[in-house]
Amino acid sequence: MKTAAHAAAHAAPPTALLSTRGLSLSFGGVVAADGIDFDLMPGERLAVVGQNGAGKTTFINICTGYLLPASGQVFFAGNEVTGQSPRQITRLGVGRSFQMPQVFVDHTVRQCLMLAASAVQQRRGFWLPLDRAVDVHEVDATLELLQLQDRAGDLAGALPEGQRKLLDVAMALVLRPQLMIMDEPTSGVSSDEKHPLMAVLMRALDERKVTSIFVEHDIDIVRRYATRLAAWIAGKIAADGAPDEVLRDPVVIKNVIGE
Amino acid sequence: MGSPRLRLLVALLLAAVLGLCIALPWIKTPVLLALSNGLAVLGVIVLIRAGQVSFGHAMFACLAGYGVAFAGRASHLDALLLVALGSVGAAAAGALIGLFMVRYRGIFFGMLNLAFSMVLFSVLGKFGAITGGTDGLRFDRPTFAGQALEREGFETALLGLALLLAVLAGLAVQRYFGSVNGQALAAIKSNETRLEYLGISAKRVFWGGYVLSAALCGIGGSLFALTQGLVTPEMGYWVRSGEVVFIAILGGSGHAVGAFVGAFVFEFVKLYAAALLTGAWQLVLGVVLIVMVFAAPTGLFGLVEKHLRAKVPQGSKP
Repeated sequence: MKTAAHAAAHAAPPTALLSTRGLSLSFGGVVAADGIDFDLMPGERLAVVGQNGAGKTTFINICTGYLLPASGQVFFAGNEVTGQSPRQITRLGVGRSFQMPQVFVDHTVRQCLMLAASAVQQRRGFWLPLDRAVDVHEVDATLELLQLQDRAGDLAGALPEGQRKLLDVAMALVLRPQLMIMDEPTSGVSSDEKHPLMAVLMRALDERKVTSIFVEHDIDIVRRYATRLAAWIAGKIAADGAPDEVLRDPVVIKNVIGE
Repeated sequence: MGSPRLRLLVALLLAAVLGLCIALPWIKTPVLLALSNGLAVLGVIVLIRAGQVSFGHAMFACLAGYGVAFAGRASHLDALLLVALGSVGAAAAGALIGLFMVRYRGIFFGMLNLAFSMVLFSVLGKFGAITGGTDGLRFDRPTFAGQALEREGFETALLGLALLLAVLAGLAVQRYFGSVNGQALAAIKSNETRLEYLGISAKRVFWGGYVLSAALCGIGGSLFALTQGLVTPEMGYWVRSGEVVFIAILGGSGHAVGAFVGAFVFEFVKLYAAALLTGAWQLVLGVVLIVMVFAAPTGLFGLVEKHLRAKVPQGSKP
């Protein structure tokens, strides 16, 4: 499939947590991923910016196994995971939250987290009640970490958007992932709430020592919380580096920030 | 099984059923039919937890019934063994058919179950040499726990068994709903994507629920066959499957008790409507369903449950 030289030139650095090589995918005529080579090091907090349709969510969907790339490879913690299912990739240590929070609306906040705990603690069964089957310390600790302890008994479907976003991340965080990928964690939340929400999220990720990627449109948020910034334009990474540098890049200013 | 009030209610209902059966012996047959129907409804309620409706689940009752009839004719097994055999057979069939079914949701799931049940219905009707065709199979009354009983005594014994199985199945289903797998089953209804992103296989969880539902329909079908001493392809006809779904809506799909409340109301409305309005009982049932959908979308038991909840604070109930 590949020549040795090509493979050597394109090998993922062994220390990278997440790497992609030559990731490509088109929908009809629209190129959503155009040969993306990318490496994420442990401890980084990467912000992803780009206009709608630039391929940010497609990139996340490929990395988490939701979409199969037309060509290219994905590596996580040194192992190739291309073509594995979301379930398999999740079990390897990749957590994910969504632009539209994916929570169990008919369950209470606590039950949502207990279901997550049952998954990671390998508790299955038809008999033992959920709250007795799982280690609730982990659940309670995560509830507090994301400041959801006061809503523990409320139905997830009744939460306001900001807390629903937190719950979405909390469910992934109970899995003790190494990497958390968040698709627009502050979208749909009023501008006053964005900073407090990000502060809670970032503190939680720091405390659990989770490397993170988040898609974000608000440049203020990016400046404040990201240690690295990648700008997506038409399925390609147009600029990648320290946030201040990337935000000064004329191509990024013209095509992404839109000034 | 929830609050003390609920337990009291169930105990009262059981006492009422037993009292009626002693006072009015003719009532045993409709009660038996209601209980066996209720068990099948319980199976359908398990699937409704996952947000899925099957329009073919009578096939599992039918399979169990034919299992009972074949075994009863061939080997003169005891009634208890026949019920066990029918139920395990239905569960095994559910395990096999379920492998295919759990890939589908919504209307596809409902219609594929219907399609499978119609294949079974046709096979039973066409292969008359083995299955007795549309006339079905008749079998002799088996022994019950080693005792050879007359019709009257056999029916009483069967009634006791049916009540016991109904209570045990109800308790087991409620327990399952609160368990890890039961809660994951309910999560299929609200968000399968998240389930997968937690590393939980929605298909595997659903498969477990499907096998349980088939087993429950199998218990119901076995009891039905023993009550009648006769099985016909009609047991697996799609109208029967529809009836089971109808009863689930009538009784309320939120709790196991709803299955039996619905089954009793259905059986006796049908009985009296058939006697009083000959040829028009479907009309009565149709009107009842319309009223239920508008006035009590959570079913008959849903109406009662609201009051149980309002008066008793339930900290422990999920």
